[in-house]
Amino acid sequence: MAETKIKEAKEPLFGKKERKLLVDPLLDNNPITIQVLGVCSALAVTSLLMPSLVMTIAVVFVCAFSNLLTSLLRNIIPNEVRLIAQLIIIATLVTIVELSLKYFDYPTYKELSVYIGLIITNCIVMGRLEAFAMGNKPWKSFLDGLGNGVGYGIILLVVAFFRELFGKGTLFGAQILPEGYFANNLMVMPAAAMFILAVFIWIQRSRNKELIDIS
Amino acid sequence: MSTTKIYLFVGIMTVVVATLLTGLRNLTAGQAEINEKVFNKRAILKSLADGLDGDLDVMTDEEVQAVFNDNVQQYVVKLNGSVVEDMVAEDIKMKKEVKKADGDRNLPLFVYSNPTSGKTYYITAVRGKGLWDEIWGSIALEEDFKTIAGVSFDHAAETPGLGAEIKDNAAWVSQFTGKSIYNDAGEFVSILVRKGGAIPGNPHQVDAITGATITGDGVTKMLEKGLVQYEPYFATLRASN
Repeated sequence: MAETKIKEAKEPLFGKKERKLLVDPLLDNNPITIQVLGVCSALAVTSLLMPSLVMTIAVVFVCAFSNLLTSLLRNIIPNEVRLIAQLIIIATLVTIVELSLKYFDYPTYKELSVYIGLIITNCIVMGRLEAFAMGNKPWKSFLDGLGNGVGYGIILLVVAFFRELFGKGTLFGAQILPEGYFANNLMVMPAAAMFILAVFIWIQRSRNKELIDIS
Repeated sequence: MSTTKIYLFVGIMTVVVATLLTGLRNLTAGQAEINEKVFNKRAILKSLADGLDGDLDVMTDEEVQAVFNDNVQQYVVKLNGSVVEDMVAEDIKMKKEVKKADGDRNLPLFVYSNPTSGKTYYITAVRGKGLWDEIWGSIALEEDFKTIAGVSFDHAAETPGLGAEIKDNAAWVSQFTGKSIYNDAGEFVSILVRKGGAIPGNPHQVDAITGATITGDGVTKMLEKGLVQYEPYFATLRASN
């Protein structure tokens, strides 16, 4: 885990450290493949690209803004009830996502409804609040949340890409593989996400030996 | 940290959050309700398959509403064949109706007239149990009240790639089109989702989905129990024709 220690000095709005906060979780400290958090929803929603994309947007939104809000409130949140306060912040944002989906895209809401609610229990979100936002300034926390949300989303989309392509022969619902392609039903099952994740982790760690046994 | 401050913090936070979310909900509720209705209308029209005048996938929400206003007549019928006057079919919640006693049950019926072909279709609603939770669907019958024009199914929690195929797999769904729920002797036989594959040429069977035996059996039971309920009303229609 990289709880970057940030000095309380005057720093540029988007300096080296800020960049690191944003970029690190995308690959070298990815919440799913390195920290192995949030795997549950990564298995559940990735059989098609479209719901994965909506889920990604939802998690990026919740992760970034819950980090921002928690960081803004970090000095007035009583330590005794900090987990409850964090949960309320996350639950509020998730409810906002749910209401907006119902308003803008009802079919996707129907498809994802259970999993949207489960963002509340996504370890990535709460993990970042506890590990980062409670001890860092708002702007940095926002970037950290953004980075982790996008890092989660990248994996979701990569997994969904392979699962939809080989499981259905389509991408975003459009036929890609020729008509005669015999769909591989295994890819549609949640277990397939586990295989793809494992291959991703394997490739990632064989390219960067430093990542081995880091967690 | 004093206890008072903790209470104060939690109190203020709760009030702020509750106000915010209630406000947002009230703001979005109207449109959300319309969205839900259109979603249900699409599911009903989907059962028509090729019987529908137009392509449902490219229809806008307004066009779906228009089809319902112009070409669909809604009826609520009872198991004894009588029509309930003061109810609207699309407001019927099948989830509640299937739990009612036979005499109290209200059944929604949507009668669609295709403006191009002039054909009439009778769309019935069925609901039953799959493997994990409830499954439901719309079954469109042709003017003879026997031949299936098409079906559409949905489910609460069937397994993606297995039981959920009753909704997602268009090829499986299309098997129902042209099948008959009555045999040559005029007896109600429904449709059997047959494990191991439908016997070729049998007009009352469709293939099961590999690995989804219980969901398939659920569909069989749902059709058997659901479709026969409309028979008394169809009998009155047949008599009046």
